Amino acid sequence: MKRTLENAENEFQTFQILNEEGEVVNEKDMPELSDDELKELMTRMVYTRILDQRSIALNRQGRLGFYAPTAGQEASQLGTQFALEQEDFILPAYRDVPQLIWQGLPLYQAFLFSRGHYHGNQMPEGVHAFSPQIIIGAQYTQAAGVAMGMKKRGKKNVAITYTGDGGTSQGDFYEGMNFAGAFKAPAIFVVQNNRFAISVPVDKQTAAKTLAQKAVAAGIEGIQVDGMDVLAVYAATKDARERAVNGEGPTLIETLTYRYGAHTMAGDDPTRYRTDELDTEWEKKDPIVRFRKYLEGKGLWTEEQENEVTEKAKAEIKEAIKKADEQPKQKVTDLISNMYEKLPVHLEEQMEEYKAKESK
Amino acid sequence: MAQMTMIQAITDALRTELKNDENVLVFGEDVGQNGGVFRATEGLQDEFGEERVFDTPLAESAIAGIAIGLATQGYRPVPEIQFFGFVYEAMDAINGQMARLRYRTGNTMNAPITIRAPFGGGVHTPELHADSLEGLIAQQPGMKVVIPSNPYDAKGLLISAIRDNDPVVFLEHMKLYRSFREEVPEEEYTVELGKANVKREGTDVTLIAYGAMVQASIKAAEELEKNGIQAEVIDLRTVMPIDMETIIESVKKTNRVVVVQEAQRQAGMASQIVTEIQERAILHLEAPILRVAAPDTVYAFTQAEEVWLPNYEDIVEKVNKVMNF
Repeated sequence: MKRTLENAENEFQTFQILNEEGEVVNEKDMPELSDDELKELMTRMVYTRILDQRSIALNRQGRLGFYAPTAGQEASQLGTQFALEQEDFILPAYRDVPQLIWQGLPLYQAFLFSRGHYHGNQMPEGVHAFSPQIIIGAQYTQAAGVAMGMKKRGKKNVAITYTGDGGTSQGDFYEGMNFAGAFKAPAIFVVQNNRFAISVPVDKQTAAKTLAQKAVAAGIEGIQVDGMDVLAVYAATKDARERAVNGEGPTLIETLTYRYGAHTMAGDDPTRYRTDELDTEWEKKDPIVRFRKYLEGKGLWTEEQENEVTEKAKAEIKEAIKKADEQPKQKVTDLISNMYEKLPVHLEEQMEEYKAKESK
Repeated sequence: MAQMTMIQAITDALRTELKNDENVLVFGEDVGQNGGVFRATEGLQDEFGEERVFDTPLAESAIAGIAIGLATQGYRPVPEIQFFGFVYEAMDAINGQMARLRYRTGNTMNAPITIRAPFGGGVHTPELHADSLEGLIAQQPGMKVVIPSNPYDAKGLLISAIRDNDPVVFLEHMKLYRSFREEVPEEEYTVELGKANVKREGTDVTLIAYGAMVQASIKAAEELEKNGIQAEVIDLRTVMPIDMETIIESVKKTNRVVVVQEAQRQAGMASQIVTEIQERAILHLEAPILRVAAPDTVYAFTQAEEVWLPNYEDIVEKVNKVMNF
């Protein structure tokens, strides 16, 4: 009799390139990125951190609605997105608004999504994505379908989708990976393990020692990555993307990360379930601090540059909120007309009713 | 023209659309080489290849979920759920996701998906095969629900459903699959979704039915005629949206109505139809509208189907009540 749990777990060692001090600990897997690309990555991470701070403030002022904080997850979110091509398709979860923004969703539309306005979900031409998925797991089965479609069309593209640690307990999480595996579809499944699903720690989700090993159940590749290390996240995604477009099937990437803020702004209080020690431990791993040290060491980043990004972000956020404010209010007739290509007769009747109301 | 059973008419519709539109994809559990557990997809994989007609792993949620993903790549998915009792596994993907796709993307994306699934009692299936769950889908804005009662309609409605650019659930009653043959044109034709069909004209009472209850209603009408009662039988064909125009026109003529369904009284579509009639035509009614439906229990154990399922005698009884009100 041979049991294999220990062997299986040993297969999933955390992949890292930069340590907490910004030192390269794994030269061999260093991704090929130009100086400009490295600076762009840093720019995006700083911008996204400011966006998170401002979004929390705007939410508290009642100028934004639903908001799931992102601080701490910049490397995980932007490192994966940075490895994508424009024709790739993103299926985000509710926390994954930054990936959409960097793929081309205008900021004011992201704010409209937060407020609850349909225009926020109208992806512009050339942005291939669904709006953030609220039903945890649904994006995984859909991603398998997008990837199958790309493969059938002979496209050299991938579908990338995200869920959290809690999401790995859903049936759709497994089904999505398993379908993509069975059809050898070009999908990248990202699990952003920030250790908590609202208040429930990851060790209450599963007895599995890593989430990456869940790939084994689907017979696909899995990798656990230091999700606070943007170069490692980028390298792992880039590799998964190449394998996918070369017909080698899907990959599950677990990023070990942390959310510094609350689960969402809808009354969650992390002090009820998280210790100061844990927060302090993860603040030391801050992906921006680490990458800043690395870039400063290479002479690619200065305080001045960072301030510029910060100011630019603040100005653009202000502009975007203004633009969101100017968006026409939704009418029931708008909602009705978005239901079907051709309205069924009962909706035609209701359309007339609401047209009359709205013209008063 | 050819004599076809309903299952043959369905296969013929699928073949027609696979031929007409290279974006049509047929998939599900055992629909490929096996040709489906009822042979609805027989020969289609051989004719169109594994890229177009394929088997999937055994997981309804993902079957419906991949349909949404495939739609983003311009495909027109026609997935099958082996028995509609298994729809619970896929409820989020259907009612929570595909029904809402056009709306949630502000009309920038759509889900031209047709989900085919057998259902219906009287053929002694095991648990959760025969349940009538059309009401669950019909309550979801964004969905359409089609239930043919004969081979001709099945072909024309299925072609329409596949060509529709919004999601349709197409429910096939197992008892009707091979119970009779009918003339079905070999060429393509469509039957418009959302349009009922007057199967039998009458002046005394309107019977509104769908699925296997259409045949039962026609049989009841024949019985009633022996006693001088002329029943008009309307086959809804599409249960969402409901063709109220055809219904109201009939009610104005007969002034009496019985709505007939196989589902339990608390389920199905009958209550919705009754409500619509009383809102639109109460002054034309000589009697309350009565419903024929199954008892409000879980679907019957196999051996209890005969005493549990509504039949033509139940319909005759309800019509007599309405006539003598």
